[in-house]
Amino acid sequence: MGDLINIFIKSAFIENLALSYFLGMCSFLAVSKSVKTAIGLGIAVIFVNGLTIPMNWLIDHYLLGEGGLFGMDLTFLRFIIFISTIAALVQLVEMIVEKVSPSLYNSLGIFLPLITVNCAILGASLFMIAKEYNFSQSVSFGLGGGVGWALAIIAIAAIREKMQYSHVPAPLRGLGMAFLLTGLMGMAFMGLMGIDPAAFK
Amino acid sequence: MAEVKDIKIKEESAFSFGKVEKKLISDPLNDNNPITVQVLGVCSALAVTTLLSKAIVMGIAVTFVTAFSNLFTSMLRNYIPKQIRMIVQLVIIAFLVTVVELALKAVNYPIWKELSVFIGLIITNCIVMGRLEAFAMANKPWKSFLDGIGNGLGYAIILIIIAAIRELFGKGSLLDFKIIGPTSEYMLNTTDISLLSWYTGNNLMILSPAAMFVVAIIIWVQRHYNKKLVDIS
Repeated sequence: MGDLINIFIKSAFIENLALSYFLGMCSFLAVSKSVKTAIGLGIAVIFVNGLTIPMNWLIDHYLLGEGGLFGMDLTFLRFIIFISTIAALVQLVEMIVEKVSPSLYNSLGIFLPLITVNCAILGASLFMIAKEYNFSQSVSFGLGGGVGWALAIIAIAAIREKMQYSHVPAPLRGLGMAFLLTGLMGMAFMGLMGIDPAAFK
Repeated sequence: MAEVKDIKIKEESAFSFGKVEKKLISDPLNDNNPITVQVLGVCSALAVTTLLSKAIVMGIAVTFVTAFSNLFTSMLRNYIPKQIRMIVQLVIIAFLVTVVELALKAVNYPIWKELSVFIGLIITNCIVMGRLEAFAMANKPWKSFLDGIGNGLGYAIILIIIAAIRELFGKGSLLDFKIIGPTSEYMLNTTDISLLSWYTGNNLMILSPAAMFVVAIIIWVQRHYNKKLVDIS
């Protein structure tokens, strides 16, 4: 259990997908103009990340691996299979959410389909493979990564909302400032790197 | 296979290279740059730019993928049903990326090792997807191919600028060739005359936030000279 909490904290803060690896930057910069939409996208990412990573783990181990269903090493198919799983799962989540909770569906809106091409999701799946996690660890890693990404985008959206009242040089306005802010936040998150995850064991 | 060949022969007559085609290539280099203007494909741009060699390899890989995914999607554009176009596009991209990954692994293993997941992440690189949606689904193959090359080059050029700045100031070298700073790591080899031998590498430049600052500065410089890009809101 301590191990799982350890991975959760590590993936949420120390190895934050958005601010340490700079994954999912396209939507990170495009959707972070207001806190409200940022929260919607953040929740959607936690949801999809928490589902796709264990799902991809199962597929990788029971279908593609050498001990899998086909009995041969199919790992060269990883990219195609993973991205299709993500696309299919996003579609599925969208349909389920629409049926079960229309209000949540409306608040998430267009962000659900957008997540398919969010590199944070595919990136987290590939990191999960690279780090050789087991199943329960991959669940914890998926949730932690999603929470970290959501925290980062909500924080930057809040800063950007305040930024509208500041006097910024014209060429830097908007996009340039967003890049600078993300860089500064990335440096702030680096302060967390000193944390020894073993302390949580 | 026969169908593909037929289309190619038909398009041969349209292989022109006039003003419109030239603009397709030159536009993404400045006015419509994928990274600094369209804000597409930023993720990988930041992670792979610590060394110039990595950035060059990544630039070539992305140019290859954008060019050929644009070409193939454009060839198939009339046969793809609208509802499942995303999955079809993703499969085309994933196929090309797998080709690139296996080729790189065979040709240059150390660089493949260093780029690790970021070659795979070309699949979700928004430039590729964005160009397919915005251009290839509505244009002829030859034009789409050029558009892909243009956008790939626009991406590569920014990557190379960022990587050159980061490697020069972070490690004092370019393409692993020492340019500034002491040639020996512990400054023992003082008889060697090198440029600015007092310079010690700035470790901040190796860290990923530095890439953000460099991109911000590039955007600042570009928008200073190109006033029509300035954000009015």
